[in-house]
Amino acid sequence: MKKQLQFGLLLTALVTLGLVACKPKNMTSAVTGDAASKAFVPPGQYDEFYNFVSGGFSGQLSVYGLPSGRLFRVIPVFSVDPEKGWGYSEETKPMLNTSHGFVPWDDLHHPELSQTDGKVDGRWIFGNGNNTPRVARIDLTTFRTAEIIELPNSAGNHSSPFITQNTEYVVAGTRFSVPPEYVNMDVPIDSYKENFKGHLSFISVDKESGEMDIAFQIKTPGVNFDLSHAGKGPSHGWFFFSCYNTEQANTLLEVNASQRDKDFILAVNWKKAEEYVAAGKGKKVPVKYAHNVWHEETHSATSEIKTEVVVLDYQDFDDLCYMIPCPKSPHGCDVDPTGQYIIGSGKLAALIPVFSFEKMQTAIANGDFDGDYYGIDVLKYETVLHGEVKRPGLGPLHTEFDANGNAYTSMFVSSEVVKWNIESLEVLDRAPTYYSVGHLCVPGGDSRSPFGKYLIAYNKITKDRYLPTGPELCHSAQLYDISGDKIQLILDFPTIGEPHYAQAAPADLIAPNSVKIFPIEENKHSHAALGEKDTKVVREGKEVHVYMTAIRSHLAPDNIEGIKVGDEVYFHVTNLEQDWDVPHGFAIIGADNAELLIMPGETQTLKWEANNVGIFPMYCTDFCSALHQEMSGYVRVSPANSNVPLRYGVGETAPVSGEL
Amino acid sequence: MEKVLIALLLMVMVSACGGGGETKEEKGSNPYSTTEKNDKGNPEYDPNRGEGKWTAENIGVTDALDAAKAESGQKITEVKCSSCHKMTEERLVGPGWAGVTKRRTGEWIMNFISDPDPMIEKDPVVQAQLELCLVRMPNQNLSDAEARDIYEYMRKNDGVN
Repeated sequence: MKKQLQFGLLLTALVTLGLVACKPKNMTSAVTGDAASKAFVPPGQYDEFYNFVSGGFSGQLSVYGLPSGRLFRVIPVFSVDPEKGWGYSEETKPMLNTSHGFVPWDDLHHPELSQTDGKVDGRWIFGNGNNTPRVARIDLTTFRTAEIIELPNSAGNHSSPFITQNTEYVVAGTRFSVPPEYVNMDVPIDSYKENFKGHLSFISVDKESGEMDIAFQIKTPGVNFDLSHAGKGPSHGWFFFSCYNTEQANTLLEVNASQRDKDFILAVNWKKAEEYVAAGKGKKVPVKYAHNVWHEETHSATSEIKTEVVVLDYQDFDDLCYMIPCPKSPHGCDVDPTGQYIIGSGKLAALIPVFSFEKMQTAIANGDFDGDYYGIDVLKYETVLHGEVKRPGLGPLHTEFDANGNAYTSMFVSSEVVKWNIESLEVLDRAPTYYSVGHLCVPGGDSRSPFGKYLIAYNKITKDRYLPTGPELCHSAQLYDISGDKIQLILDFPTIGEPHYAQAAPADLIAPNSVKIFPIEENKHSHAALGEKDTKVVREGKEVHVYMTAIRSHLAPDNIEGIKVGDEVYFHVTNLEQDWDVPHGFAIIGADNAELLIMPGETQTLKWEANNVGIFPMYCTDFCSALHQEMSGYVRVSPANSNVPLRYGVGETAPVSGEL
Repeated sequence: MEKVLIALLLMVMVSACGGGGETKEEKGSNPYSTTEKNDKGNPEYDPNRGEGKWTAENIGVTDALDAAKAESGQKITEVKCSSCHKMTEERLVGPGWAGVTKRRTGEWIMNFISDPDPMIEKDPVVQAQLELCLVRMPNQNLSDAEARDIYEYMRKNDGVN
């Protein structure tokens, strides 16, 4: 019997071995000997890089460490997050306001770190809302969304939020061309060619505060803008946008927008645009868009609806826009660290064209054009071409750079990354990804000074890479060591949502500035209780305002009576702690929104409707001390017509029946 | 007896893992890549039959059309195939179906539509198509009977009656 069992086990082991060994598609073989040690960060030690990974359709931004792949934080940006009260607390609701009203979700595709002189400066990171067109600015001292600006005349903000080399502007090119808001929008869909227009927004960023403002928009022919990158160094002053659907199809784009042999990269001279705007040559047009700002001193957001924007019509100027022909529906549009080369990735092309900024300038100076596209001069492909990377793989999408003159391009269809030399255009190495890679990230990889060392591939499909979890599987990131000649896979890890694009920066640039607490003496919230002496409950008609404090380990007040059915109760909870890593949470039974998560020194407000008579417990949700379970209280709700007086307190001041 | 079994198992493992796999892995090339076509390292791959269970003998095709199968095939096509394939020669996402049964054998078609992935990696015709269409044909989870019915519908489309 025992022997049979052993034999059975042996058989099972062999069969398993056989299966593993025969697993097709070289899945496990790509990882070699020292990979684990390269990705290993011992417990208690810090990672070398922050990796900011978009959540794609989660609408959020996640923060990982590299090389460990450890997830530190998910920053809520465009989507509500009940865990953090984002979009549920009264203070954060205005951040998600738009011209359409409160919008609780978006699709965040591209994070972009702010730069000074073309170098990542670690101050802010921007993110685009792809659905209801918006750009967000996240403050890297608090790792919180500090500002969100909506984009008028736009639909689907995809080619965004790429920046100029001193973060002078964040751009936003509309993915879908639509009829502009300032003319009649109620037109037949098949009048695309006549009525649909593109708009490229240039959002200025205040050097000190980071505050954003739409400086101007450039109106273009109706096409789809896909991605963009600013010129840098010699090409500073220019911006490059890839466009597809230059066929101007309005249905079945899969086929109808893939007809032309070449689409375009639109080159925009934004310095010229700035001059024209300064000279008053733009038109002010009526529009509607929201501008939402988080104020740290009041721990609250404000939302303003703006009603005007300056538009430069491309047709009014002949030196603003130029078209570079680019094969087959270009997607990625990347500028190398020297600023000399523009790389277009025709996602349906079997080559990668590399354009020369210098040749482009010469051609423009010589008026060397090949006709025009709706009035925009079209440059000659061969004239502005530096060269082509031949047969790099299938479905080239995106390119990032190291500091040694090499480019790394993702191949969606053939699921691989390809390393090539920018000058010689020679393919140097390739490595598989698992599977269907979209964007790549090299720390600082779209700046003038890439930090190199690692390459991360973000994959759309993980089928058979991890334990199955039903029909819905995680997406993934794959980390490669690129410090040697060969690309070496050292780690892969699952991600939240869709890891669309990501950026990374050395921890040294960001970690020293990380805020630990909000000083309580600087709290200017209108309903803060700065100490337990300030706690109170105030009735204003049907509204009841509870000025509450939280400190280890009690809420004050923790007994509240005199609330009546039909009241709207606002719990304004101030966390009195002044030590790092001591948030308190607040929840109350039956709340139809979420919890609050309140950082030290901060005040946040939960609105709660008293709908039923009864006793309603409330408690701290974030495990704060050995007596965390004791951190709780009660609210008594009486009938609407009752005469129970409003009374509250904690400990000795708690209401006592005998007092009545 | 046990030793024999183990030896057999080991042999199966070794033989199952032979072929081009090892060299491919050493090159670090991607199995999905068509940039280094796998047309040399696959002497066992039959480009006329494709890869899978179907052979000229077991697909059970007669000269005359099986109208019931073709009708069933049309219904399955309308659910699982026609979003990407037209019945004409025109390419939509994938190639149009007109003439396909004259270009490819029945067993090749049925093997491919039953399980596209292995053939996308090996078949030069499929790889050439992928370079045109850039979308890997998905596995639509066809049963044997469904694959057979769809093939009959393709035959009908190509004028068999």
